[in-house]
Amino acid sequence: MLKYTLKRLSYMVVTLWIIATVTFFLMHLLPGTPLKNEEKLPEHIKEQIMEKYGLNDPLPVQYLNFMGGLVQGDLGASYTQDGREVSGMIAEGFPVSAFIGGQAVVFGSIVGLLLGLIAALKRGTWMDNLSTMIAVFGISIPNFVLGALLAYFVGVKWGILPVALWESYASSIMPSFALALVVVAIISRYIRTEMVEVLDAEYMKTAKAKGLPRRTVVFRHALRNALIPAITILGPLTVNIITGSLVIEQIFALPGIGEYFVKSIVNNDYTMITGITIFYSILIVSVIFIVDILYGIIDPRIRLSGAKE
Amino acid sequence: MRNWRKLTSTFAILLVASLVLSACSFGGGDSGDAKGNVINLIETAEPPNLDSARSTDSASFTILNNVNEGLYRLDQDSKPTLGMAAEEPTKSDDNKTYTFKLRDANWSDGKPVTAKDFEYAWKRAMNPDTASEYAFIMNAIDKAEEYNAGKAKAKEVGVNAIDDKTLEIRLKQDVPYLKDLLTFGTFLPQRQDIVEKHGEKYALDPDKMVFNGPFVLSEWKHESSFTYKKNDQYWEKDVVKLDTVNVTISKDATTSMNLYNTGKVDYTGVGSEFIDSNKDKPEYFLQPESTVFYTEMNQIKEDSIFKNAKIRKAVMIGIDRQTEMDKILKNGVPAAGFVSPAIRGNDDKKFRELAKVNIEYNPQEAKKLFDEGLKELGLDKAPTVEIVGDDTSGAKDDLTFVKEQLKQNLGLEVKITSVPFKERLERGKKGNFDLLLGGWAADYNDAMSYLEIFTTGYSYNRGKWSNKQYDELVKKAQANENFDERLEQLLEAEKIMIEDAGIAPGYFRSSPSLINQKIKDMHWHAIGPDYSLKWTYVEEGK
Repeated sequence: MLKYTLKRLSYMVVTLWIIATVTFFLMHLLPGTPLKNEEKLPEHIKEQIMEKYGLNDPLPVQYLNFMGGLVQGDLGASYTQDGREVSGMIAEGFPVSAFIGGQAVVFGSIVGLLLGLIAALKRGTWMDNLSTMIAVFGISIPNFVLGALLAYFVGVKWGILPVALWESYASSIMPSFALALVVVAIISRYIRTEMVEVLDAEYMKTAKAKGLPRRTVVFRHALRNALIPAITILGPLTVNIITGSLVIEQIFALPGIGEYFVKSIVNNDYTMITGITIFYSILIVSVIFIVDILYGIIDPRIRLSGAKE
Repeated sequence: MRNWRKLTSTFAILLVASLVLSACSFGGGDSGDAKGNVINLIETAEPPNLDSARSTDSASFTILNNVNEGLYRLDQDSKPTLGMAAEEPTKSDDNKTYTFKLRDANWSDGKPVTAKDFEYAWKRAMNPDTASEYAFIMNAIDKAEEYNAGKAKAKEVGVNAIDDKTLEIRLKQDVPYLKDLLTFGTFLPQRQDIVEKHGEKYALDPDKMVFNGPFVLSEWKHESSFTYKKNDQYWEKDVVKLDTVNVTISKDATTSMNLYNTGKVDYTGVGSEFIDSNKDKPEYFLQPESTVFYTEMNQIKEDSIFKNAKIRKAVMIGIDRQTEMDKILKNGVPAAGFVSPAIRGNDDKKFRELAKVNIEYNPQEAKKLFDEGLKELGLDKAPTVEIVGDDTSGAKDDLTFVKEQLKQNLGLEVKITSVPFKERLERGKKGNFDLLLGGWAADYNDAMSYLEIFTTGYSYNRGKWSNKQYDELVKKAQANENFDERLEQLLEAEKIMIEDAGIAPGYFRSSPSLINQKIKDMHWHAIGPDYSLKWTYVEEGK
């Protein structure tokens, strides 16, 4: 198991290195410079400032400097927010995005799981149809439409929850809900499909024939098997959601990091582009790693084959 | 069952943990519980930098204008009024050296504001190591440009603290807009000890800077909100009536409207989709701007039809800007010329009031000119041209309108390419366009801020329009210390630019906004900071 873990960890480092390198060279293909007053700045002063920031150096030299900083854990200072460290900006905004997103994932998974279960167990009834309908809505209504509608009706018209801003727990409910719907949809569909398949399996008949109570059959034998695909998708989905959404954070005026993914590219904020990409990649590869381990807990056969490797 | 329970409890623990963890991180502004005269405003962007020597954007300049004060500040009519300067300066015989006496005033930490603070701040901005992107605004000062380009020493620059209360400014030559220029953010004073103490972190948080303006920045939650409190050390603190100003950062126009409609804030910008439903309300007003939007016509390419002045003129007068403003964009007026109506002419009148040109829409004349132009070029039919502009929704509406008008009125086929801002700049620089949609806002309150950019060889003149007479007039005006004559030359230059249709001005933009009627004397500015809160108060009983 230890050897397996170490091997996986070294793969993670290589993956991160490749991502950082590709991002670095790709972003330097973007037109323009990271300067803020580029439009008005006299040409010779612009050159002078580029020189000062080392942006006129040959790309391989810039790459080595960048990698050097990265190895020491230094992501550099943002170009658009002078002086503020990229790592500090991410550290300030991430808790907000993570809270909103985490809440959405937890809520979405629980509701999705229940809906999926009910739909599978009551196949063909109105409950199944209702669950399908919720899933279709969840997939097809973009979260910003839902967010805007919620803000207008719940916030402005009925005044139940704050329309926007990050002030109290109540501020997090609408954005989390807007993000959760897609989780509900995806999880419920996965669970339903898998459950339907598993419930028809031979060993379910065996379990029932043994005289096991229905609850044990459903939860212990069926659900456990049906969870594998849902968990696989839940990992990357969670990373996507906890790293924030530009539109949801703008609609609810939240100080999260969702915006950095888009704005950094628009502004050619090189340090932020690499910083946020690496941050996201670390989360993704870690989550994939965690999901692998979770498989083992849910299905011991996976752990066994992993240990043999 | 055991596993199911385990799963549920894991979720529950996660939920509780995240709640506890985040409980401390909620923003929870001051809004509502603060005592006294309080107003709540909106800013649409996180201020990137409050280091006045390096700031470039309106969010930062607006904050700096309310928490700091230069020799002059803008008054209710956006005219310069005495700030840290105790009186009008004395001028040397050659009109190039101005000597300012400073008033007795303190920084928020109780230390006196000295002439040294000005000399330090200005030279710091010009210092090439500071990499200020607005240092060129100081080029009117003797040797400033040279120092900024690394070709002169700091001590040669024409800014000198004679003693604690006397500041001497030596100009390259006298300019009529000096007082207006001195209200600009880059000219604010800075404290050497504070700047050096915090280094790269200077002005990144309220406790890493000091203030000499009507307010202090008491709180700054990055990406979320910031708060002004009245500055008890301010020299004219009796005039300042507001105790607290809470500013929420909201980047989305709809969200800002929602916050305004639920009473969370007293002011909001109005997005174009909300203009019709709000424009008749008493709270509705147009916030002034100095931005002019215009189309540049590429005259670099060998076979460009825009080398022909008649065709250029046809484009200029062949677009119905009044309809565009009334029905589509709704945030400005058709441009009568190139220089914004916000710009001063002389002490009494605005440049636009004195202007010698007025662009009028005339589709018949445009079509006639266009056909004549084509004939002169020996063409039967104009080739399809490409118009390049931003990818914002406003710019896209503008592009589409221009395309339709040119096709309908001139029979000119136009292909639209809308690109991100940086890409547009790059395309402009490389001349990779036929028509280029862009905007320009003044850096200082003078027509020169507009007219010099279209002289031959200027980097921002991307269509490469070139007119000898125009160049000469602008050059003469730049060196002219007789202000009446200078103005005359600038008026004449604008006339030539429009008659020769060097560019095609489109419209002067302003920002539709809503403001709570109980807020009085909040003064809006077209150039530099967005507003001044020094004189603002809340009317009781509303």
